[in-house]
Amino acid sequence: MTTQEALFKYTLRLGDNSIILAQRLCEWTSKGPFLEEDLALTNIALDIFGRGKSLLEYAARVENKGRNEDHLAFHRTDRQFTNNLICEQDNGDYAKSMIRQALIDCFDLMLYTELSKSKDETLVGIAAKSIKEITYHKRHSFSWVDRFGNGTEESHERAQKALNELWRFTGEFFEMEEADELLIKEGIAVDVKSFQAKWEEEIKALFLKANLTLPENVFMQTGGRKGIHTEHLAYLLAEMQALPRMYPDAKW
Amino acid sequence: MENKNFEDIFESKLAKNEMIEPKDWMPDNYRKHLLRQISQHAHSEIIGMLPEGNWISRAPSLRAKLVLLAKVQDEGGHGLYLYTAAESLGTSRDEMLNALHTSKAKYSSIFNYPTLSWADIGAVGWLVDGAAIMNQVMLQRTSYGPYARAMVRICKEESFHQRQGYEIMTHMAFGTPEQKEMAQDALNRWWFPTLMMFGPPDIESPNSENAMKWRIKRETNDQLRQRFVNQTVEQVEYLGLTVPDKNLKWNEAKKGYDFSEPDWAEFKNVIKGNGPCNKERLEARNKAHNDGEWVREAATVYGKKQMEEYAAA
Amino acid sequence: MSDSQGPLWEVFVQKKAGQPFVHCGNLHAYDKEMALQNARDLYTRRGEGMSLWVVPTSAIVASSPEDQGSFFEPSNDKVFRHPTFYPMPDVIKHM
Repeated sequence: MTTQEALFKYTLRLGDNSIILAQRLCEWTSKGPFLEEDLALTNIALDIFGRGKSLLEYAARVENKGRNEDHLAFHRTDRQFTNNLICEQDNGDYAKSMIRQALIDCFDLMLYTELSKSKDETLVGIAAKSIKEITYHKRHSFSWVDRFGNGTEESHERAQKALNELWRFTGEFFEMEEADELLIKEGIAVDVKSFQAKWEEEIKALFLKANLTLPENVFMQTGGRKGIHTEHLAYLLAEMQALPRMYPDAKW
Repeated sequence: MENKNFEDIFESKLAKNEMIEPKDWMPDNYRKHLLRQISQHAHSEIIGMLPEGNWISRAPSLRAKLVLLAKVQDEGGHGLYLYTAAESLGTSRDEMLNALHTSKAKYSSIFNYPTLSWADIGAVGWLVDGAAIMNQVMLQRTSYGPYARAMVRICKEESFHQRQGYEIMTHMAFGTPEQKEMAQDALNRWWFPTLMMFGPPDIESPNSENAMKWRIKRETNDQLRQRFVNQTVEQVEYLGLTVPDKNLKWNEAKKGYDFSEPDWAEFKNVIKGNGPCNKERLEARNKAHNDGEWVREAATVYGKKQMEEYAAA
Repeated sequence: MSDSQGPLWEVFVQKKAGQPFVHCGNLHAYDKEMALQNARDLYTRRGEGMSLWVVPTSAIVASSPEDQGSFFEPSNDKVFRHPTFYPMPDVIKHM
């Protein structure tokens, strides 16, 4: 694997994580629990889509085969998407969406903080912008976890159920593969293991404050990096990609 | 005696083009009329999120998705500004939402039409927002302060909406033959419902007279409709599309187009609840509201605890 | 006005450091943190500000229209509070 191939793979994966998560988040737009929150979550979806777009643009440039960000987003199959499984999980109720978001925000903030020290200038630029955005997203999702955990009996129960369901997808955050190893040596990619303990500590503190219990001895799911997803992704893509696939010659 | 005095002050403010503010005395009918109009306007923004939201997950490019998402979010924001303006007249948002969810309150009938293709998203932005903007520009000078201020903010934000709609139409009309067909089809379906947005003809408009007298409205339904047609025909021609009206013709004497009236019987039916999507829109709204109930309860309990701790500290 | 949508709050935005906080609208929120976050998401989507205040509407004390005469008219005749009241010799340029 050349550095260029590794960088394409790496950037594409970061982009996929953003696009798929944002696609899920914007399913909430116009269906939020109240108007102010509808707008808040849409803002977050906008940030994450924006990041995904920049990352896919860069991936296409690195690949240098005449594809652009829209080709990458709309003309790949589920087997070619390499996002973490947690991003594609269905929204469920608002507790599930917020727990999913808190787990990801906490990880992403650490990831992009490290990435802002990369030797790749484009990634540094994207990371610098993302850090500010994710800092806010995390504040938003963390405060909801606290509200649900310390709200009503029902909200506590829903949050605990969501946490139990989603925890098995968190192992994937800290997986690395050949492309990561290669790029870490070059000073481009982030060694996610370097902040795994810190992530666990913050997450523990969050759920402790929210009176929620972290599941123990959970068998972790994997497959995203190999393009082996849960059943959710193919449906998500079928909807997202319908128009460009039906009219491949059209420009929008 | 005292009321008479208040009424004089109210009338003299209107005469001097001054704004009426929430705590000022105002005639009951003025308050009622405003409350009805502002809450209807707010509901329209909120329901209006649905037909466009229908295409967010299927927007055909990442750029288009970002733009549409931002636009639908703006509509929500506009609904929110308007709800707070209406709240200043003494009705809570809960009461207004309840009226919407139980069909007691109305919203713009245009949103009871379906968005069937991506070109509809273009047509909605271009035509529906275009018509709405015409109304809203006028309302920036409406006599009730909070309403006028909300409209100033809304107009500022709204300015990109019509352009993004027209941009979509441009891509479609100058795109592949299938795209052009979709564009014409969207125009055919949205033209007359858009003309209905300005309300019934002046001779049949029951609320217009008071609205003009109180300077809530500053131009009549027919005036606004005529201006809209005059402006839009040129935009249709640029796209190489055809206005679906055989009677459309330039009238040199009035320096404007003659055009067919929309089907007012259809208009009345859609308002009565018989439009293609009335049921779906209300169901979607109710579902979101009901699904969110436990979230609002949790937030209420959490917020009260926080306030108690704050008070105790 | 408190209902199932949470209490009403007033939002003030500061455009630039050093400038006054200006009232820009209202929102509903259930707690302080949420009020602040909602204000950010609702009233600064287009870079309108760099600092925010949120205040529960119930905490606002306002004068009423009936007070207008007694509150504000007495200051109208105190022209001596304004610098233009004092004629200056032409030769004095900066004061």
